[in-house]
Amino acid sequence: MLKKPIYMDNHATTRVDSRVLDAMLPYFTEKFGNAASRNHSFGWEAEEAVDRSRNQIAALVGVKSKEIIFTSGATESDNLAIKGVLEFYKDKGNHIISCVTEHKAVLDSCRALERAGRATVTYLPVDKYGMVDPDAVRRAITDHTVLISIMWANNEIGTIHPIAEIGKIAKDKGVIFHCDAVQAVGKVPVDFEKTGVDLASITAHKIYGPKGVGAIYVRSKGPRVRLTPQMDGGGHERGMRSGTLNVPGIVGLGAACEIAGKEMPEEVRRLMLLRSQLQAGLFERLDEIYVNGHPTERLPGNLNVSFAYVEGESLLMGINDIAVSSGSACTSATLEPSYVIRALGIGDELAHSSIRFGLGRFNTLEEVDYVTDRVSKEVKRLREMSPLYEMAKEGVDLKSVSWKS
Amino acid sequence: MAYSDKVIEHYNNPRNVGSFAKDEPNVGTGVVGAPECGDVMKLQLKIADDGVIEDARFKTFGCGSAIASSSYVTELVKGKHIDEAITIKNTVIVKELNLPPVKIHCSVLAEDAIKAAIADWRKRRGDRAASDEQSAQSKEA
Repeated sequence: MLKKPIYMDNHATTRVDSRVLDAMLPYFTEKFGNAASRNHSFGWEAEEAVDRSRNQIAALVGVKSKEIIFTSGATESDNLAIKGVLEFYKDKGNHIISCVTEHKAVLDSCRALERAGRATVTYLPVDKYGMVDPDAVRRAITDHTVLISIMWANNEIGTIHPIAEIGKIAKDKGVIFHCDAVQAVGKVPVDFEKTGVDLASITAHKIYGPKGVGAIYVRSKGPRVRLTPQMDGGGHERGMRSGTLNVPGIVGLGAACEIAGKEMPEEVRRLMLLRSQLQAGLFERLDEIYVNGHPTERLPGNLNVSFAYVEGESLLMGINDIAVSSGSACTSATLEPSYVIRALGIGDELAHSSIRFGLGRFNTLEEVDYVTDRVSKEVKRLREMSPLYEMAKEGVDLKSVSWKS
Repeated sequence: MAYSDKVIEHYNNPRNVGSFAKDEPNVGTGVVGAPECGDVMKLQLKIADDGVIEDARFKTFGCGSAIASSSYVTELVKGKHIDEAITIKNTVIVKELNLPPVKIHCSVLAEDAIKAAIADWRKRRGDRAASDEQSAQSKEA
């Protein structure tokens, strides 16, 4: 018997793995010390736990443990990376290179700097698969460029950018490279040292850890990257991020990283199997559906599909025992469809019709079969109700219609 | 976003979904909205010679509120004279379906669809009358 509702929105957040929770629990109660308390065992115990977590994270992403700085999550890490670098290196330059499909935490940090007159930003376009061209990054670099901020993998369409190539360009040109690696860490092999990433944002809640804790990787050598802290206080985390450490959260992040690292090969294999089952099932039952994102360079658990002639939010409403998300305008207050899907150039109509399935550790084949069936039936029902489907079946070219809106 | 019970009810059991044959002489068709905006409504009204709406059909591409708005409108206009139907304001739809502010455009679209369908009926009737007249004249000649 299937337990409903079914959660298939693992790019938004994930359920905490019970092994992660077990690791965290003692640090709320008997081991509640402040990691900054240097003069008693409570503090030492907490510090030890924090150090262990740093090691666990560092091992997963190929860096030294002292290069991990704890934060409240990826939004803070993105803000700290972008604003911190621009402020510290203001005498060197003020130009940032980013990409149109970045997360809002990156885009809005850039915009805030632009508004304040502290930076000029180049937002690079992506190809039809959502991938940024490394040569475009190279061409965009000027004498004033101090930072490149490109994500490892996209949260909506799962496309994985050519990070190693961008890292090499950044090294060649002596530009700092920040990477929002939230969706990639723990999901696909990631090595910041080898790929030339200088700063990277990480969060726990996307990898079966708790919400409200994350980290930023800050390269210590080749080059040593400096940041101006964005919060004043006790000078924790080597002065880069003040604030009492969230020890239970940090323990959770570390445990989540260790589990993700150990189980990655098996988990990748399993998720790709589930995803191909879902994709094949939908394509078998429905015509005129399109995958958004890269065909191969893509997160294992991601499947973003546009169901032509069906509006995404109405589809979500019809499959209300399944938790997925839509790029449709109507799920947001702005009435604009997803800027990520729009950036692919597939047309706003298909952007409105897109659904993101985010498969994760706890999804089963049985759930995938149920979702395939439920979604297909609902798409068919809504198409019977869709004037666009009717017109398309009559051979009307929807692009040639002059719409009155 | 939580939907009102009435929106959910119309979404699950939409009234009068479908199409009339386009060439039926007493049918007026209104298509409003645009695919790139995420809403397209097609409303068809079967209107008697005396201007009373006898039947209605809709098809809608759009969110649940858009589907519910068009479904409700088909019920609302049936039996009404076009002079009355054309005065239906979107606020009636908003109230009936408890639409939140972000969904008010769905009700506006439904109001526009009524007007567009009636205008289409009038135009086709006018054309028909004109062509009847023309053929009458040609007979006389």
